[in-house]
Amino acid sequence: MPVLDIDKIRGDFPNLATRGRDDKPIIYFDNAATTFKPCQVISSTHSHYCHRTANIHRGVHYLSEEATAEYESSREKVRAFLGARNTFEIIFTKGSTESINLVAASYGRKFIKSGDEIIISEMEHHSNIVPWQLLREETGCVLKVIPFDDNGELILEEYRKLLSPRTKLVSVVHVSNSLGTVNPVKEIIRLAHAAGALALVDAAQSVSHAPIDVGDLDCDFLVFSGHKLYGPTGVGVLYAKEKLLESMPPYQSGGDMILSVTFEKTIFNRLPYKFEAGTPNIAGVIALGEAISYVNSLDAGALIAYKKDLLAHGHKVLSQVPGLRMIGMAKEKAPIFSFVIDGIHAHDIGTLVDREGVAIRTGHHCTQPVMKHFGIPGTARASLAFYNTKEELDIFAAALKKSIKIFHE
Amino acid sequence: MTTHSEDLYQQVILEHNKRPRNFVELSPCSHEAEGYNPLCGDHLHVYLRVSDSGVIEEAAFHGDGCAISKASGSMMTVALKGKTVAEAKALFEEFRKLVTKELDPASPEQHLGKLTVFSGIWKYPSRVKCAILAWHTMNGALDQKKTVSTE
Repeated sequence: MPVLDIDKIRGDFPNLATRGRDDKPIIYFDNAATTFKPCQVISSTHSHYCHRTANIHRGVHYLSEEATAEYESSREKVRAFLGARNTFEIIFTKGSTESINLVAASYGRKFIKSGDEIIISEMEHHSNIVPWQLLREETGCVLKVIPFDDNGELILEEYRKLLSPRTKLVSVVHVSNSLGTVNPVKEIIRLAHAAGALALVDAAQSVSHAPIDVGDLDCDFLVFSGHKLYGPTGVGVLYAKEKLLESMPPYQSGGDMILSVTFEKTIFNRLPYKFEAGTPNIAGVIALGEAISYVNSLDAGALIAYKKDLLAHGHKVLSQVPGLRMIGMAKEKAPIFSFVIDGIHAHDIGTLVDREGVAIRTGHHCTQPVMKHFGIPGTARASLAFYNTKEELDIFAAALKKSIKIFHE
Repeated sequence: MTTHSEDLYQQVILEHNKRPRNFVELSPCSHEAEGYNPLCGDHLHVYLRVSDSGVIEEAAFHGDGCAISKASGSMMTVALKGKTVAEAKALFEEFRKLVTKELDPASPEQHLGKLTVFSGIWKYPSRVKCAILAWHTMNGALDQKKTVSTE
């Protein structure tokens, strides 16, 4: 199996060379919040604004045609990356949150009626809870929740019991941002379809974890954000099956999403433009394409093996930290370590390890129901990417031990 | 640990975190409010017993929070006892200025005493809210507000 050249990869991410407090090298363990960007992505944005600034789908001039071609080639890259059948099934949004809101506002308002049921899970990010609650207020639909066990694994038996002929949509996270759990979404989708429901996959965390094939998953909707895939912030994707997109009304309206406008009647544009009103994040979409090219340049199998190694090493060194309790011990996990330490609040852990140069996130991670499940106000969370190393995990574990000493001496 | 860290987690703060003073649900009390920092989940109740002449006879707090918010609540309740309502409000204003670097801890004009251990916190903007949560809650209690949020 090809081995990753981690030093070379690290060289591609200039932010890894940043010094933190007290001039210590930054150890960036907050990749579930956002990832660093490789030079290829950064220079794409720079180059766009230096040489290709133009609006798209409008001008007949050279720059506009060039920018349009690059923008649309990014869409094709996303299609291939997700294994979607058609390029027009890829809608650009500003991120996962907007993608879910698009589905709730467009599909939800048109097709979900009073008494219809939507199933989500107990480990959803707030962005896959609140849009459905708003829809519930508007339509009178019912929201049901798949529970998870104390290891952080969804209880599929309970999920089966929730499914009924009234279930219209099952919307679940692929990889939990606060537990690291990799959910069996293919099985979840299969069961949803068997009950006559549609399925949405929140791939915000999974898109950087392992290759995704929407054809194989057979999901109806899938959402992700560019900035968690080494791309820029402010750009994301909604994938949806053609027949669904065709049946859905526009989400926002304005320029570019129309074919013709008179004061009597407007004819909407074809897919995907029907869902992309206004001037989009052109440079961001093009840079997202570069991010995908970057990921594609690395061996997928080697990436998976390397992250498995990081996961095992992280569990090993963190289990040696006195008083540390790991939150989320699913069998299938991404290298996300969420934990609490006896007698030390997560925020204090965050500030103390920051002194040693380690950037982690502390708090509820926008998953308050997960915290409620475990009866804790929040966790400290280290989330790793392929440019992180075992040595960094060792430094992190040592910093934790040092912090505990300060608190308990 | 580094000097910066010592600035924030000084012995007196760690000690108050470990053994917070007046860490009880005071009953009966004349004033009470609940303070919440939605960002981190810190959650405190502040209780005051104010005499008819406007003197704070008892001050207490209870709840969940980080070392900074707990130590701040503990030291605040110690500082408040015996103060008038007007003095407590003035102290709140001084403390607020201290943690946002608007007040020099070396200034002879201030009445903060031991509370100046929090003077280094302005270097950690994300932690200023932890230090000031108990104070905001106390101020809300005096203003008869039931809940106070840092957001």
